[in-house]
Amino acid sequence: MPRRADVHSVLVIGSGPIVIGQAAEFDYSGTQACRVLRAEGLRVILVNSNPAKIMTDPEFADATYVEPITPDIIEKIIAKERPDALLPTLGGQTALNAAIALHESGVLEKYDVELIGADVDAIQRGENRELFKAIVEEIGGEVARSAICHTMADCMAAAHDLGYPVVVRPSFTMGGAGSGMAYDEVDLHRIAGSGLAASPTTEVLLEESIIGWKEYELELMRDKNDNVVVICSIENLDPMGVHTGDSITVAPAMTLTDREYQDMRDLGIAIIRAVGVDTGGCNIQFAVDPADGRLVVIEMNPRVSRSSALASKATGFPIAKIAARLAIGYTLDEIPNDITAETPASFEPALDYVVVKVPRFAFEKFPAADPTLTTHMKSVGEAMAIGRNIPEALQKALRSIEKSDASFSWSDIDDDVETLVEQARKPHDGRIKKVQQAMWLGATAARMYNVTGIDPWFLDQISIINEVAAQIRDAAELDPRLIRRAKRHGFSDQQLAQLRGVSEDVARHLRQALGIRPVYKTVDTCAGEFAAHTPYHYSSYDEETEVRPRSKPAVVILGSGPNRIGQGIEFDYSCVHAAMALRAVGYETVMVNCNPETVSTDYDTSDRLYFEPLTLEDVLEVVAAEQQVGPVVGVIVQLGGQTPLGLAQKLKDAGVPVVGTSPEAIHLAEERGAFGAVLAKAGLLAPRHGMATSFEEAKAIADEIGFPVLVRPSYVLGGRGMEIVYDDDMLRDYIGRATQVSPEHPVLVDRFLDDAVEIDVDAIYDGTELFLAGVMEHIEEAGIHSGDSACALPPMTLGRADIERIRIATKAIANGVGVRGLLNVQFAQASDVLYVLEANPRASRTIPFVSKATATPVAKAAARVMMGATIAELRAEGLLPETGDGGTMPMDAAIAVKEAVLPFGRFHGVDTVLGPEMKSTGEVMGIDTLFGTAYAKSQVAAYAGGLPTSGTAFVSVANRDKRSMIFPIKRLHDLGFEIVATAGTAEVLRRNGVPATVLRKHFEVVGDDPEPDTIARILDGTIDIIINTPYGVGARLDGYEIRSAAVTKGVPCITTVQGLGAAVQGIEALIRGEVGVRSLQEHAADLEKARGAAL
Amino acid sequence: MTASLPALLVLEDGRAFHGDSLGATGETFGEAVFCTAMTGYQETLTDPSYHRQVVIQTAPQIGNTGVNNQDDESEQIWVSGYVVRDPSRVQSSWRSTGSLDDRLTAQEVVGISGIDTRALTRHLREQGAMRVGISTETGDPRALLERVLQSPDMAGADLTADVSTATAYVVPAVGKRLHTVAAIDLGIKAMTPRLMAERGIEVHVLPASSSIDDVLTVGADGVFFSNGPGDPATAAGPVALMQQVLERSLPVFGICFGNQILGRALGFGTYKLKYGHRGVNQPVQDRATGRVEISAHNHGFAVDAPLDGPATTQYGRVEVSHVCLNDNVVEGLRLLDVPAFSVQYHPEAAAGPHDSAYLFDRFVQLMQGGR
Ligand SMILES: Nc1ncnc2c1ncn2[C@@H]1O[C@H](COP(=O)(O)OP(=O)(O)O)[C@@H](O)[C@H]1O
Ligand SMILES: Nc1ncnc2c1ncn2[C@@H]1O[C@H](COP(=O)(O)OP(=O)(O)O)[C@@H](O)[C@H]1O
Ligand SMILES: [Mg+2]
Ligand SMILES: [Mg+2]
Repeated sequence: MPRRADVHSVLVIGSGPIVIGQAAEFDYSGTQACRVLRAEGLRVILVNSNPAKIMTDPEFADATYVEPITPDIIEKIIAKERPDALLPTLGGQTALNAAIALHESGVLEKYDVELIGADVDAIQRGENRELFKAIVEEIGGEVARSAICHTMADCMAAAHDLGYPVVVRPSFTMGGAGSGMAYDEVDLHRIAGSGLAASPTTEVLLEESIIGWKEYELELMRDKNDNVVVICSIENLDPMGVHTGDSITVAPAMTLTDREYQDMRDLGIAIIRAVGVDTGGCNIQFAVDPADGRLVVIEMNPRVSRSSALASKATGFPIAKIAARLAIGYTLDEIPNDITAETPASFEPALDYVVVKVPRFAFEKFPAADPTLTTHMKSVGEAMAIGRNIPEALQKALRSIEKSDASFSWSDIDDDVETLVEQARKPHDGRIKKVQQAMWLGATAARMYNVTGIDPWFLDQISIINEVAAQIRDAAELDPRLIRRAKRHGFSDQQLAQLRGVSEDVARHLRQALGIRPVYKTVDTCAGEFAAHTPYHYSSYDEETEVRPRSKPAVVILGSGPNRIGQGIEFDYSCVHAAMALRAVGYETVMVNCNPETVSTDYDTSDRLYFEPLTLEDVLEVVAAEQQVGPVVGVIVQLGGQTPLGLAQKLKDAGVPVVGTSPEAIHLAEERGAFGAVLAKAGLLAPRHGMATSFEEAKAIADEIGFPVLVRPSYVLGGRGMEIVYDDDMLRDYIGRATQVSPEHPVLVDRFLDDAVEIDVDAIYDGTELFLAGVMEHIEEAGIHSGDSACALPPMTLGRADIERIRIATKAIANGVGVRGLLNVQFAQASDVLYVLEANPRASRTIPFVSKATATPVAKAAARVMMGATIAELRAEGLLPETGDGGTMPMDAAIAVKEAVLPFGRFHGVDTVLGPEMKSTGEVMGIDTLFGTAYAKSQVAAYAGGLPTSGTAFVSVANRDKRSMIFPIKRLHDLGFEIVATAGTAEVLRRNGVPATVLRKHFEVVGDDPEPDTIARILDGTIDIIINTPYGVGARLDGYEIRSAAVTKGVPCITTVQGLGAAVQGIEALIRGEVGVRSLQEHAADLEKARGAAL
Repeated sequence: MTASLPALLVLEDGRAFHGDSLGATGETFGEAVFCTAMTGYQETLTDPSYHRQVVIQTAPQIGNTGVNNQDDESEQIWVSGYVVRDPSRVQSSWRSTGSLDDRLTAQEVVGISGIDTRALTRHLREQGAMRVGISTETGDPRALLERVLQSPDMAGADLTADVSTATAYVVPAVGKRLHTVAAIDLGIKAMTPRLMAERGIEVHVLPASSSIDDVLTVGADGVFFSNGPGDPATAAGPVALMQQVLERSLPVFGICFGNQILGRALGFGTYKLKYGHRGVNQPVQDRATGRVEISAHNHGFAVDAPLDGPATTQYGRVEVSHVCLNDNVVEGLRLLDVPAFSVQYHPEAAAGPHDSAYLFDRFVQLMQGGR
């Protein structure tokens, strides 16, 4: 039966910004969906506020709306595009919730849009935990005892009969937002409180704790003929109690007999049928009592999820792609399995390898956050590794995560067994290593099982690793058999070196001299039963390699590894574009990456995919393997962020050609001294600075250039370890801590520029011509990390002259450094002087935003330039505009605003003040003809509710900001806002004719005086917008309570005067009304016209 | 991780793999076949259909849940040799009563571990199933190869007698007895009578050599032909019995070998597949409903019946009821004029999915006079 003939156009809803619990996996799924729907000849309309995604590239849909995912905006799009159907199951919880809202408000009916891939009742049955539990019980399944509560009183009562600890879980949230484990009434109050707030249906579920049980997941798919297949089983190494997103997970399930597995499968199938997920994928979680095998159903997600991305990469079965096909009427048996070509998709993948996923956390950026892992997801990314056994896959995964201390090690262990065992008791980032080291120092598996609940089988896998380590360490000399054994258990050359007390190079040369090299196996969905047509490889130290000979020249593209704050999917975006661009001109593209969430690790993005860690050893072996089978032109290190950039020199030293900007040039830009010389030569200014390796040196510099200074380690991304320091004590304290950040590099001390406008520039340089791709003006002042501040393109206050000055400066830097390809420069303009903050000779975080705002495929062009094309050629070819660039945006071009999305809501008790260290997980874009409207769009896209158009504004600003806030606040008042303020602020406002009521600060309240203070007002929801610019220094600045109350209540909270200005413009725009929508395709056409006119 | 005894595996075409000894020491021969199931190694080992075969597990880590006394499909391990990349040294399961390695050793099953099982699997996929030898006694591939070449071939092998029960026995119905079935044991798996018993069937498991009279004397209202090892072309006895049953229009249900017996009884040929179907993830389509079942397979031979419409045989019209969507191999036969049907795959699962259990209900319906 062919696909439905009555569906001609489909609206796909994306998942919006990258946030904890809803990350790049939905770029992967959305992109696959758009691809197949278009391949089916359907008109695809997409709405997704996230510019960083491949999915929101104009070429993946017919109409791409980078607009807020809100019911009214989507209605506008529907009214304009009149799609036949809406596909909501590939954009995570965000898309699902939006679809439900549109259904309930009658919009879908009004415009006669059919929901495909899911029906609302099924979604309800799957997502509403109460309904869901009833269904599971009806079909004879077991669930944990629980009670549904809508008020705090219910909660208290329920917890009483369930008995503590209880698990609190809100309905209709993902990644466990608002959930947690309550051990007593106090916890319960806190957790259930935010839980009720987090749930769109103010409903939480209290549940009997089954912490410590084995946790499993099944990924299932169903088609309209009721054929159901289980794509993958996943076992959590961390038992129940740690969110699957934060757990180390393994595929396939390793510790179930066929009987238990089939019971789980039967139950899963019964559930997907009873819930009525008519077509598509779903994820069901189970818990198993290790004592007697009692099987309990935890939850289901009736949509493509993070786990389905993992399952797709783990099995080679493209769940999202298939789900999209099923949604338009195909059945599983009608869809071919891409990998084998000859067999259908109506089967269950068989693995002849094991897969391990390790989460990546960012606690170092939120020192105030509680690092204990619980039912509420905290990780920001993940890495996956494939091996032929758990030791190999686990060790590869741990090095893929790119945390220097994540990998197992056997020497200089500071703690004794007892301490390690205790540390292992509490789930936290890095617990697995504590377990390994405790066992290395003699703790028995039985004991570790008692404290961690990690299945004894997995503990034995760790003992095996330790035993091999001991053999390596104790061997008189390393014979081939031993090295091979170590390699088969995932030991890196570095680990071998550590155990033998030699250098990594020595270990590598010995290994290679003995001819011990990895072979590359293929992920083929069928354990070798059929031939695979897609070269999706992973390394193992087995006998036979499957890398096919090749005649075309290959280019190896190094990806960016696990998502983390400061290095997110923006880098994956550039890698994917390079693959597409170079494939198009006849290169064979070879992708190396280890991030299962991304588009770059889809087997059909590049010609060849190596799912491998991005360490020197692993990359060198991939390159060697490819050189064996055909010509390799070189390796691209410029696009994957700091990870591959850090390998550039070492790769070159190992004789691997690096294309584009040379490692030496990279060094010129990255190394302060060298870069200073470049600037001097170009006659450019940098903030006065110096380099220090001790407190004394640092102080000397600071005294000379004057406080405040900005201190940071060299070679960092995302402002890691960067702080604004106001005095000697802070400086001493910093130097004390700094050494841990990056030992081999000194600390940089910069004059901190106050009240400077920050400007972010992306450019392509071919050696003669500079293509100024984009000039972005930050809304927040310099001092707030470029990744965290909102910015506008074209810049809203910079004139042509400014931009020309920037162009000249950028070109001078590009030339001085010797860039071939991309260059990102951050400038600060203070009292008309232009300072260079830093230059990054690589793809930046802003490339996707710039590409979309200027309708130019910047990353593609850059990739071509790296391979030798000139900008003139690319202009002629039409890849770049015939004339002009991002610096010469037409007069009336629409303005795009990028806003950062911060994870504060996830980390209870963390201050929301922005600084030079990046904290955002993702971004959104708002685009419109006027800055105000574009900014307003970016706000509603970033934060539920967005900017208010009426109500009460609470103002409390630092003295230095009192002058500059008067005018905007007056405007707010004119716009009809009631103004309340803390005493000092109120005084200033009143004197300037703005009636402002005084609200006492929290600590000013004495006794149980009934009159509400600031915090009380925020918490009781009578404040609609907060303007609070902090002063003072330290982790918990004044106004901390105000800002955390704002986070708890989700009230927009503006912490800079510049932000205030923008917000007022946004509010005005909203009040003026009529916010329109425009697709990127329309935007491109407009620019095209305008550029043409400019000729 | 004590360095274990080396072992050698040599294929009929000379390809050799050096690994470590697994289970018993010694030397063994058989037909090399690979099984892609990721669970159920205990069921696999004790499945009589694997008699005289050396099973290669494509799943790399085997033995994780040890062995227990509930999951055996027969009294003993039948595989003649076992190949695993990474055998587990501990068992993690609340049901486990011992380790796989001990069980293999106790039952004198010679195995090999630590070899590139994927390379071996791909070799068999490309070259086809072939004879193999595993030895801990010689390290010399040439010496072992000679003995491999002397070992018997699977084509033409009559193995039924080795696996069939010597004496009849009864598996009582669970609850009220609704039907009596004579199950011809050609290598039957324990799960099969159990699933029939659950449906109120009293199962009389009879030796393969049973006559039609034996069948009639137990008062069977249906006859079942089980799975089993060997080349169906050698199963003259069971084929003759099948024909006598069909003549009497007694309801018939056959599984695997039983399906091949029915095929031959109807005059169809059987042939050896290049490397067979062995796994628990095979898509089989019920041609009547179009529905796809994920099914357990274990067969090296298949029936050669026309896929396009019913064929006429001396027992009336026959249609191919099920096909494997991977390669269009015949997976089931259904007679339209006589109450008989059979499938090439394993609705009794163990190991494997339960999608096809409905076939046992179909058998019950046949016995109730339904079609
Ligand atoms: N009853 C329970 N007892 C202990 N831990 C639980 C319980 N229910 C869930 N969890 C843990 O909390 C995590 C999140 O719960 P889940 O229902 O999956 O919510 P989410 O929708 O956030 O995935 C699970 O992965 C599991 O580890
Ligand atoms: N001298 C300075 N004065 C004021 N702000 C600065 C200065 N140097 C850096 N910053 C701020 O710190 C942020 C991070 O610094 P940057 O050099 O861009 O580090 P990263 O490599 O993490 O992007 C910048 O975006 C800018 O806002
Ligand atoms: Mg979950
Ligand atoms: Mg920067």
